[in-house]
Amino acid sequence: MAVFEVLVEVTLRPGIADPQGATVERSLPLLGVRSVSGVRVGKAIRLRVDAAGEAEAHRVVVDLCARFLTNPVIEDATVTVLTAG
Amino acid sequence: MAATVGIVVFPGSNCEHDVAEAVTGLGATARLVFHKENCLDGVDAVVLPGGFAHGDYLRPGAIARFSPVMAAVERFAAAGGPIVGICNGFQVLCEAGLLPGALQKNRGLAFLCQEVELVTVSSRCCLTDGVPATTRLRVPINHFEGCYTASDVVLAALEERDQVVVRYATNPNGSANDIAGVSNEAGNVVGLMPHPERASHEMLGSEDGNVLLAALLRTASRPGAAALA
Repeated sequence: MAVFEVLVEVTLRPGIADPQGATVERSLPLLGVRSVSGVRVGKAIRLRVDAAGEAEAHRVVVDLCARFLTNPVIEDATVTVLTAG
Repeated sequence: MAATVGIVVFPGSNCEHDVAEAVTGLGATARLVFHKENCLDGVDAVVLPGGFAHGDYLRPGAIARFSPVMAAVERFAAAGGPIVGICNGFQVLCEAGLLPGALQKNRGLAFLCQEVELVTVSSRCCLTDGVPATTRLRVPINHFEGCYTASDVVLAALEERDQVVVRYATNPNGSANDIAGVSNEAGNVVGLMPHPERASHEMLGSEDGNVLLAALLRTASRPGAAALA
């Protein structure tokens, strides 16, 4: 067994309105920035997983995403295994 | 015999006593049920009250849905028992998959604490049974994540199957189709963002919430309503 550090990025699904992202985007001209668009605000969750291999660590976290870490009605998740500790 | 209403208390719930006061005022017996209990025996209706269960961490309702009591709530729902989730309770029921859709941050990103006007739609669910459609009710809202969201397919199905329970007369938070509350297909599980218990006495500025709570108690008192859990 090894310890894997995993990053989960939770974002609102395409087509789901993101009032936080829209508000951030609207404020950008106040900073003099006009070249940035498409702002979407999500959240990042980092965790460590005891697993036999990277694939197993990935599988465990994907399952957690479906059951708990995201609401599949409005959110998607990207799971990245960062390091074996 | 007076109906017994089980009011589930999660860590962070804060409207359980308001609900108890309101249903007691309508002649029911209120029983607080701690989230670690796993039995709803003797309860005729269940209310998941407002508040911030588990601090709303991760998402509102995301952690509460795994509380031991929720297995009993799911059995009660499956057996046809009347269940109402108010505000945070609505969020818990959506997270638990007992109601369709999800609740997002309000469109304007403002925490809304105000009285709104509701218009009833369905008259067949446990919260509006016997209440004529298009009845107008003044009831307060008090939430940050109350923007009802669902896919177009789900929204169309809700409309077609008479699962929209109440709409906002003027949409305060961006909810799809002005939806303030929905039911499951059977009509025994209802969730709504407005707080009927806070409109339960003229001292509070409105008694209109009693129309909904009285309907719940009528449903709960019906023989066989919760023969069940």
